[in-house]
Amino acid sequence: MSNTVRLQAGEFDAAAEAALLTRGRTDIGAVVTFTGICRGAESGEPIAALTLEHYPGMAEAEIARHVEEANARWPLLGVTVIHRHGRIEPGENIVLVVTASSHREAAFAAAEFLMDYLKTRAPFWKQVESAAGKNWVDAKSNDDAAAERWTKPSGREAAE
Amino acid sequence: MSTLKLIYFAWVRERVGKAEEDVAPPANVATVAELMAWLARRGDEYAHAFENPKVIRAAIDRNHVRADTAIKGAREIAFFPPMTGG
Repeated sequence: MSNTVRLQAGEFDAAAEAALLTRGRTDIGAVVTFTGICRGAESGEPIAALTLEHYPGMAEAEIARHVEEANARWPLLGVTVIHRHGRIEPGENIVLVVTASSHREAAFAAAEFLMDYLKTRAPFWKQVESAAGKNWVDAKSNDDAAAERWTKPSGREAAE
Repeated sequence: MSTLKLIYFAWVRERVGKAEEDVAPPANVATVAELMAWLARRGDEYAHAFENPKVIRAAIDRNHVRADTAIKGAREIAFFPPMTGG
């Protein structure tokens, strides 16, 4: 079992992180890799960059708590979460979730669970830099709904 | 009440005009919601930051808490808007 949670200002290599999780192992049958990328436009308006503010100390702890929860819910063989902070330009990566398991169901579900919680519980705040100036991004109610479905007894099916 | 460290993030930080500070609220300030109400009376910048306390989230010693949570024993309380990471 290898769990990695990393916060960093710099860019990451999603393929290299996934390879690191499976290197030298033959028990892993499925790896799901999710990468969140900075878009070049928001609601049709071009943006120059995103700046991600975070709560040092709590951000790591909160992500680690959810990685622990994912491990308790699914038979995972490895998890890597990397979240960047600071200024990020369109096309650059923002967040990475890699989940490994013997079979795909657990890897898919755990990756989605972790992303839904990162969106609503990890203490990060995005600010958009555009021609209109700098503006804080409003939280989306559909992100709350996406996280909420994991609190239902039967998991994601209950919300669909 | 002993000294309490407050930390602000995103637009709460911008409106208050500082990233963190130490405060000593009176003993009758018992919950997170009461602390926000007390802060809102400290000046125009605080009144602006905490004008709609329902949208502000809080963490005590780096754990998310609800507004009705008691602040007794807290060392560090953070106030911030709903999170937009990921």
